[in-house]
Parts: sequence; C-alpha cells; structure tokens
Amino acid sequence: MSESIQCETLATGLVLVAEPMPWLESAAFTILIPAGSAYDPEQLPGLSSFTCEMALRGAGDRDSRQFISDLDNLGVERGESVSAAHTSYSGATVAKNLLPALKIVSDAVLRPHLPEDQLESGRQVVLNELAAVEDEPSQKVMRELRRRLYPHPWGRPSQGEVAAIQRISIDDICGQHTRLYRPTGAIVAVAGKFDWNALRETVALIFDDWQSDDVPEPGESDAGPPLAHLPEETHQTQIAVGYPSVPYRHEDYFRAWGAVGVLSGGMSSRLFTEVREKRGLCYSVAASYHTLRHRGSVMCYSGTSNDRAQQTLDVLVGELQRLAEGIEDFELQRLKARIKSALVMQQESSSARSGAIARDWYHLGRVRTLDELGGKIDALSREEINDYLRDHPPAEFTIVTLGPQPLEVPSGVS
Amino acid sequence: MEFREHRLENGLQIVAEVNPQAHSLAVGFFVETGARDEAPAEAGLSHFLEHMMFKGTPTRSAADVNREFDEMGAHYNAFTSEENTVYYAAVLPEFQQQAVGLLGDILRPSLRGEDFDTEKQVILEEIQMYEDQPPFCADEKCKAMLFGAHPLGNSVLGTGDSVSALTVEAMRNYWTRRYGPQDIALVATGNVDFDALVKLAESVCGGWERQDGGRTVVKAEAQPGFACVHKPSATQEYLLQMAPAPAAEDTDRYAAKLLTTILGDDTGSRLYWELVDPGLAEHASVAHYDYQGTGLYMTYVSCAPQDAAQNLERLGDTLADLEAHGITDEELALAKNKVSSRVVLSGERPRGRLFTVGTNWTQRQEYRSVRDDLDAVAALTRDDLMAVLAKFPFSKSATLAIGPLADLVPQG
Repeated sequence: MSESIQCETLATGLVLVAEPMPWLESAAFTILIPAGSAYDPEQLPGLSSFTCEMALRGAGDRDSRQFISDLDNLGVERGESVSAAHTSYSGATVAKNLLPALKIVSDAVLRPHLPEDQLESGRQVVLNELAAVEDEPSQKVMRELRRRLYPHPWGRPSQGEVAAIQRISIDDICGQHTRLYRPTGAIVAVAGKFDWNALRETVALIFDDWQSDDVPEPGESDAGPPLAHLPEETHQTQIAVGYPSVPYRHEDYFRAWGAVGVLSGGMSSRLFTEVREKRGLCYSVAASYHTLRHRGSVMCYSGTSNDRAQQTLDVLVGELQRLAEGIEDFELQRLKARIKSALVMQQESSSARSGAIARDWYHLGRVRTLDELGGKIDALSREEINDYLRDHPPAEFTIVTLGPQPLEVPSGVS
Repeated sequence: MEFREHRLENGLQIVAEVNPQAHSLAVGFFVETGARDEAPAEAGLSHFLEHMMFKGTPTRSAADVNREFDEMGAHYNAFTSEENTVYYAAVLPEFQQQAVGLLGDILRPSLRGEDFDTEKQVILEEIQMYEDQPPFCADEKCKAMLFGAHPLGNSVLGTGDSVSALTVEAMRNYWTRRYGPQDIALVATGNVDFDALVKLAESVCGGWERQDGGRTVVKAEAQPGFACVHKPSATQEYLLQMAPAPAAEDTDRYAAKLLTTILGDDTGSRLYWELVDPGLAEHASVAHYDYQGTGLYMTYVSCAPQDAAQNLERLGDTLADLEAHGITDEELALAKNKVSSRVVLSGERPRGRLFTVGTNWTQRQEYRSVRDDLDAVAALTRDDLMAVLAKFPFSKSATLAIGPLADLVPQG
C-alpha cells in the first residue's frame, strides 16, 4: 500500500509534508496558508477571498498574464479556495513540472504585486462569484446553515458580502497579506511522483526568509437562532439540517463519522432509501461530516417540491433521530467495503492525496497513512458506534429552509 | 497496457484496456441509445429508463441492487446523453465478476408499474430542481434552436409534461427496441482479467436476443438564430452560443479541441482575458461536443444582466478577430501543453479512462491509447487549425440568452 510519509519543519515554522506515489505520472501540491475567512476583519467579510483573487494578478517577476500563462504552459491544473481556517493554493501536473510550478505559485504567496490598477477587476470577479450563488438555491441554503451551525466567525461565508466587498481598498488587501500570509501554521503538501531531496531543497530555498508575526485567534460570538426560513419564489423548497459532532482530531471521530456513513453514502444508505427510494420525495438527499479544528458537524441537504417539503423534512429528521437507536452490523460492513475501496482508489490520484495529507497535518500535526486509516476502519465495531450514538444522539438541530413557505419544525426538535 | 476485444455471437462487444499495475478497475455497459433515438411522444424516456434500471430484475429487488453495489464498495452510477446511456462501476479487482454480473443483470429489468410511478416523482423533482437553477437546460434550449426538428435537438431530461405523460408500456417497448445486444458494448479499464470477463459476459449476456435497434444518422442542418428567454427569478444573465463543429468520426476533432482551448479554456484563453480576468463575466468558456454525423461548439458566458449586451458584442469581436487573423505559434504551443497535461492526468485513473475508451469504441470502433492521443495533439500545426476554423467558423451560430433581461438586442 502507501509508502512512508516524508516531512520536515523549516526554521521559519513552515511544514513540508510529502507522500511518494511513484507509480503515478503526475504530482500535486497543496499550499495551506493560515489566512482563512474567520480572520477577516469584522467589518470586511470576504477580504481573504479578495486577497486570494488579487494574489494571482502578478507575482515575483511575472505580470498577471505571464503568471497565468507560465503555469498554463506547465500544464498545471490550478485551484484556489478560501475556507474558514485557510487560503489554499493547489495544483497538479505531470511529474517533471512539479518544481517549476511550485516556484511560480509560491510567488503568489510570498511576493504578489497586488496591483492597484487591477483592484476593480478583482472586485468584480469576487462580486460575480457572489452573484452566481444567488442562482444556486442549494448552495444558498447550505451557506446559511453553516453560518448558524458554528459560532461566528467560523461559519461566516468565505466569499463575504456585497457591501463589504465594495468597501475594500488596496490597503486593506496589502494589510491582510502582510498580516496573515506567514510561515507559522503554513503547510506545503506534495503527493505523487517526485524526488524527495530535490523537493525539500527547493521548498527550503523558496520559503527561506519568510517572516511571521503572531496573529490572535478571532473572538467567537453567538451565531444566531438555529431555525430560519429564507423566503424565495422557487419551484422546490431547499432543506438544510445540521447538528454538532466531534472534530477530526477527537478520539470519537471514526465512530461519529461511521454513523454518518450509514446515514448517507451508497444508494442503500438510510437517507437515500427512506427519502428517495421508498417515497420518491426528492432527487437529491445527502448528509456529510464537516470539521473545523475544534468543532465538527453533520450537515444534511434535500430539495423537493413545495407541497412535499414538509414530509421530506419530517422523514429526514426522523432518520436522524432514529440513528440514536444504533446501526446494524450489515450497515457497518457495507460502510467498510465502501471506505476500503475509496482508500485504495485515493492511491490513483495525486491531487486527492495532497489535499488529504495537508488537512491531516493541520488537524493532527501528523499524517495518517492509508494503511493506518485502513486499520482504523477495520477495527471499528458496531458496539462502539452504537455506544457513541447512545451517548451522543443527533440533537440540537439547526434547520434552514428556502422556498415560498416556511415549514413546521418536526416533533421532538426543540 | 494492452487492448483486448471480443464479440459475442449475439453482437455484444467486449473491449478492455488492461493495465495490470492499476489498483482498481472500471467497467461499464455502453448502450447506444439516447435522446436522439426518442420519438416526440417519448421525450425523456431514455433518461427515465436509466433510473428504472436500478429498480430490480426478476431475481433482485431495487433494494437488493443498491445493497449489492454497496457491499462491493463500488463507485457506481449511470448517465444518459443524446446518443448513449452508460451504466458503470469502479471497484477493486477482486470484485470484477460480481460487478459485471450485477450490471449485466440490471440491464434486463422488471420495469414494475409501481416502481415506475414512484420513480416518475423523482424525475419530476429532478426537472423542478433544474427549474430553480437558470443555467441548467439552457444548453438544451439552444441546441433545439440550432438543430430545429433534427433528433439531436431533443432534450435528454424531457419536460414536466412529457415525463408525466409517459407510460410503463411505452418504456417496455422502448427498452425492447433499444437494448438489444448488438447495440451494447461492455467496456473495462484498469486491472482487468479479460478472459474471465469474456467468460462471464458469455453466461450473463450471451442469451440476450438481437433486436432491430440501430440508428439512422441524418446529417443535421444548423440554423443560426437568436432568442432571449425571460427568467425574472434569475440573478445572472446566461448567454449561450452554438455553432456546427467537427463530428465524432471527423479527425478534425483534435484541431477543434485545440481551437476551443485557445478561444475559451477556463484559464488563460482569449475569452478569459477578454471577459473573465477584467471581471466582465463570471464565467466564459467554449467546449466542443461531438456526435455521430454532427458536432457543435458551445460558448457559455454568465454575467451581470447590465453587462450582457456589451459582452455579446465583445464575444462577437473576439470571434471575428480569431477568424480574420488566426492564431499565433505561442497560442498553439500553450494549448498543446494544456491539453497534453490533461490527457495524462485524467488517464491516470481507470475511472477516467473508461469513458475515453468507451466513447472511442462506441462512436468510432477504434482504440486509442493515451500515447496515440498525445501524438495526435503534438502533430497539429497552425495550418491544420486554420483549415478547421475556415470549415467550421464559430461565428455561424445560434444564440440564446436566459435571465432577468426581458429583451436583449444583439449587436451587428
């Protein structure tokens, strides 16, 4: 199975972690910078997203066009994203282009031009992304669920708000970059076909003189009421239900996560069977586990015709409550089969692994190999999952709906 | 990497790209039927049938089918297009026979009346879901404009009305007509045991009876046009432009792929610099779709409604400039680098290869390795691209706008 994980902490505090996958033709990298949206100033939500957008508009000795075009010429499949905790710059390409690609992308992190003459273009890009979500009702409802599920600012949408984006100046962006783009807490993760010695020398050289100041953790405040309805004249009512769970680093994580896998995953899972297969109530219904460093949650989604939305919500919440009664052995066996196959297939994707080992390092300060994960999954027993569910039944629901009419809160939900 | 093929006596074809180094394998039944094979009263039937295939057989209930896939830990699904319906699963090598046995069995479905009624609700929900997402189905509307009454203008999903009117008898007839073994290919990629695969296919599919099936390919006549669909609930305006392009059997399709990369790739293309980088559009891209007998270019732009008219003009200017002045050597080299890298990346997974190998086989009866595709891309010259551009200009198009604008006057 997977080979040993390599890792090294540079003097500046930056961590390089790498997983060799020599059977692949590709290599992928993920650079996590501790500049997530939770660190945006209170009055400027969206500043991290805007800063990320601006960082690509020229860096090091390349202008905006040269920057994009050099990466394109290296065949790099790029991706940037901002979560509550991080801004992430990632890419995948054929193995021989890994180091040149990493050098160019690191310029966006270390030496972005943040050009004032492109501020309005960048602003428009961020505003366009916000407008696009308005035409995606499922995204809208899940965004609102997350906002109410975690204490502020951890659930705040990373894309920000229109009014704040309109206020942001080039000084705000330069200030955000200076304050948050720093080696302490930064992680460079690489997976695929590479030479470890060449990689560590390159990374050490690139990030050599990066300076760091301490950044305080944001203060937390109440996220607002757990029940909300967003009125909108849509064909379907969007339903989002969430409840707290343990974070990834918690000793109960695999039990909590296993229970979610019984709820949702394959087509024989409980939600798909009860909501879609037996009753034909919807096209999509799903539950997924989500984690921050110190908190986790389970988020469920369904969208259905307005006249059947109440029944869908009732059946969905009923299934969440029934989970407290425990799971069956056959459900655990299917879950294990699915996960075992997913772990093996992760070895066929350098980008999937580079993202996974970067997140592992952030949450655990180390990386779980696929072998170790496989062992944990094998060892899971029905009894321990059921003990966990008995002690921590799904409760404290947050429910957000979007559609023409609000729904009744199902019985047993306070 | 080794290519293998075999044909059963009843006409069912079996092809595989065998890679003993792979960790997994992917397998799929590619059925040559889709929206273009539907009579007007059957609109949406191919896709509805695809859902019904998971509802059980004489020996399995719907719950059995789902359970058995999940017990293998399979990543499985199905999709329907204008000309294909594909049922596939990615599994670990030890589950090859079980996965093929199950996929093969569900292709001979019971099509029970009460399952049909329940699943119809799910399809209607799917249609409702897209109604709330304005860009969805805009491509089907634009395609219908471009191709008029030609079957390639048919909608895959159908409409609420057409799906509501479908009967289980019509579905049974369609299935009998369209799911004969001579119109089905069993395709596998990755760590495949080919001899075992053939043996199993013989026992699972060998008894399937030939049907008339088939498809008469009539060349589509493209009609330029313009329409603005008013969707007051939308926030953005969506602009679609479609123009004829090389067909599936046309070797010009590689040049077409490079042209769309130069013009409308989602990073570093002409439209990217013209519309996306300055923030004038949220998204701008051009893609090439190839069908039997016909192909099309689809340009897709989403933007703020107040920018739509000007963006349409900028799009027109960009196309006119491309057709008048051609492309540069730098653009060609950049497009080759991008496309080649993507061919390698997507070819790493058996799941990624399955659709490439399956499409090559069902559309052209040919096998092409990753190397073959890389060589074909590398050999193209500027003249090749310019010749294809002259044959299939992007500007000869049908345009559809959908969004909050009640009216949008095209310039020029």
